[in-house]
Amino acid sequence: MIKFNLKLIVLSFLLLFSLRPIQSAEMVDPIKVDWSFKGLTGTFDRASLQRGFQVYKEVCASCHSMQYLSYRNLGEPGGPEFSEQEVKAIAASFEIEDGPDSQGEMFTRPGKPSDKFKSPYPNVQAATAANGGAYPPDMSVLVKARKGGANYIYSVLVGYEDPPPGVTLDDGVYYNKYMAGNKIKMPNNLMDGLVEYADGTESTVDQMAKDVTTFLAWAAEPELEERHRTGVKVIIYLILLTTLVYLSMKKIWSRVDTEV
Amino acid sequence: MSEHEYVPKSKAGKWFNDRLPLLTLGAHLTDYPTPKNLNYWWTFGGILTFCLITQIVTGIVLAMHYVAHADLAFASVEHIMRDVNYGWLIRYIHSNGASMFFLAVYIHIFRSLFYGSYKSPREVIWIIGLMIYLLMMAAAFMGYVLPWGQMSFWGATVITNLFSAIPLVGDSITTWLWGAYSVDNPTLNRFFSLHYLIPFLILGLVVLHIWALHVPGNNNPVGIDIKKPSKDTVPFHPYITIKDAFALLVFMIIFAGFVFFTPNVLGHSDNYIPANPLVTPAHIVPEWYLLPFYAILRSVPDKLGGVILMFGAIFILFVLPWLDTSKVRSAVFRPIYRQFYWIFVLDVLMLGYVGAMPAEGIYLVLARVGTIYYFAHFIIVMPVVGLLEKTDPIPMSISEPVLTGGAEPSLARKVNDKV
Repeated sequence: MIKFNLKLIVLSFLLLFSLRPIQSAEMVDPIKVDWSFKGLTGTFDRASLQRGFQVYKEVCASCHSMQYLSYRNLGEPGGPEFSEQEVKAIAASFEIEDGPDSQGEMFTRPGKPSDKFKSPYPNVQAATAANGGAYPPDMSVLVKARKGGANYIYSVLVGYEDPPPGVTLDDGVYYNKYMAGNKIKMPNNLMDGLVEYADGTESTVDQMAKDVTTFLAWAAEPELEERHRTGVKVIIYLILLTTLVYLSMKKIWSRVDTEV
Repeated sequence: MSEHEYVPKSKAGKWFNDRLPLLTLGAHLTDYPTPKNLNYWWTFGGILTFCLITQIVTGIVLAMHYVAHADLAFASVEHIMRDVNYGWLIRYIHSNGASMFFLAVYIHIFRSLFYGSYKSPREVIWIIGLMIYLLMMAAAFMGYVLPWGQMSFWGATVITNLFSAIPLVGDSITTWLWGAYSVDNPTLNRFFSLHYLIPFLILGLVVLHIWALHVPGNNNPVGIDIKKPSKDTVPFHPYITIKDAFALLVFMIIFAGFVFFTPNVLGHSDNYIPANPLVTPAHIVPEWYLLPFYAILRSVPDKLGGVILMFGAIFILFVLPWLDTSKVRSAVFRPIYRQFYWIFVLDVLMLGYVGAMPAEGIYLVLARVGTIYYFAHFIIVMPVVGLLEKTDPIPMSISEPVLTGGAEPSLARKVNDKV
C-alpha cells in the first residue's frame, strides 16, 4: 500500500516537473563548466585565483566594488594565497582615505592588508551616474547572488554576440545571450591578450573569464575549502557514531520482543 | 503516567526533592511507559527538540555579531560569514536549521494526521502543537527578513501588506506593524526583537506540549489505548532514548550534508543582493516551507479572500479533532480514509510546488483546484468518511493478535483491560 502510494507521489511529481519548460522557454541555460571547486572535495585552483585577481584588478575594478573583502583575505588559506610580502605590496598600491586625524582632517595613505578593497566610486549613486544609469553591482557575493552561480557569471562574460536581426539596442546597451532579457549595460570588456599574466598563461577571453569567475567564486565563498574539508570529517564521524548507536540500539531492544 | 512513588536514595536528594520534586520529574521522564511499537515516524519529536535548541544556541551567537539596522544588517551578515571565527558555520547551521526544523515538523504533523494522534484524548497536545507551528512560521519569516537582502525586504513587504486587506483599519494596522510608511529600519528592528523572543515562547509551549503528552501517554501506530505500564510498553530510557538518538544522528547526517555541501540550495539567490526598495525582484517567493500557504493566498482573485483562506488553511487544523468523526484513530485500520490521506499529502505537495511558480496559466488552475481540495479534505472528507467507513478489525493490544470480526475500539479496550 505504502509502496504504491510512494510511486503515485513520485509519478505525480515527475508530471509536475515536466511542466517546467513552459515557464523558462525564453531563457538560455548557462554553459556548464567543470570547476575545480565543485563537488564534495572541490578546491580552488590557486594559480587561477591569482590570475583571476589580476583580471579583476586590471579590468573589473574600474567599475565594480568588492567592499566586503580585505586585502589580507588574498593571503589567507583557501584563497589565492599570495605571500605576505605580495599582499602588503598589493595593499600599498592603493591610496586609502583615512581619518579624521588629530586636526580633524581626512587624509590618504597607502593601503594596509587590513583595509577593505578600495571601491572605484564613493557611493552607489556616483557609480550609477558614471555608468549610464546602471549600477555595476558589488562583486563580493555576486556568484551567490545569481541563479546559476559561477556558470552564469562565466557564461555572461563569454556570451556577447551581435544582436539577432530585428533586435535594436539603445546606445550603451549590449546583446548578451545569457543575460536575463538578453540586454546588458556592461560592454564586452574582455579581448584576447588584454592582460599579461605573470605566470605566462595565454590570456584568451575564455581563460580570463574562467580565472576571474574562479576568483569571484572564492570571494563569495572564501570558506569553501574549509567547509568541504570539515564537512567530509563531520559526515564520516556521524556515520561512525550512527553505526555504534545503531548496534547499541539493537542490543538494548533485543531484550524485548519488538523489532526496531 | 507512572503511578509508583519515587524516593531519592541519598539524604540530600530526599531533602531537595521534598522541596522541589525535580528528581521525581527526572524519574518520571526516565520510566515514562512508552508503547513499544512506535515506529521511526515517532522519533521526530526528539528531533524537533534538537532543532529548537540548535536554532536558539546558534541564534544567540549570531545575535552577538549581527546589527539590526537597515544600512548595516547586510554588511554585518557578511562580517559574520568572513571575519567571525566559524561564523559561516554558525550562520549556515542556523539558516539550514530553519529548513530542517520545518522538514521535521511537517513529518511530525503528517504522522499525527495518519495515526490520528490529534483525536481524543490528545486534542490539547494537538492544539499546543499548532500554536508552536504558528510561532515557528512567524519566527522563520522574521528571521528571513534579518539579512536584509532583496527577498527579505520584498517578502516582508508582501506579507505585511496582507494585513492591509482588513476592512477599514487595514492600512492603519499595516503602518503600525511597519513602524513607518513602508518596510524600513523600524520594521527590521522590531522583527529582530520578536525573532529573538519567539523561540523562547516556543520553548515554553514545548514544555506544555510534552506535559500534555505525558498525561494520556503516546499514541501508537495501532492507535488503540494501552495499559501502562504493561507488556505493551517499554520505559522511555533506555529504549526510546537510544532509538531517538539513532534517528537524530541519521537526521544530522542529512542536515550536515546541506550545511557543508549545499548551504544555499534552500535559499534564494536574490537574498545575496542587498535590499533595494526601488527594484522589485521578478518573482517574490517565500521560503519553501511557506509555499503551500502562499499558493492558497494567490489562488484567490480577491486580496481579503486570499488572506482569509490562507489563515483559514491553518486555523481549520485547530478544529480537526472535532471534524474527524471516526471512532478509530490509526489510518492503518481505515482503508478509505487512508486513500484520502495520501491524496491530501499529494495535494499539499502540489500546492507547495505551484506556490514556487508564477501565479498564471496552468499553475493558477492547479493552485485553485488544490486549494478547494485542501478545504474539502477537512470539511467534507474527514466528517463523512469517518461516519460511513467500515474500518478493518483492530487488535486488542499491541502484543495480541487482531480481534476478528469487528472494529469496536471500545470492545478492544475492554478486553485489553482484562489482560
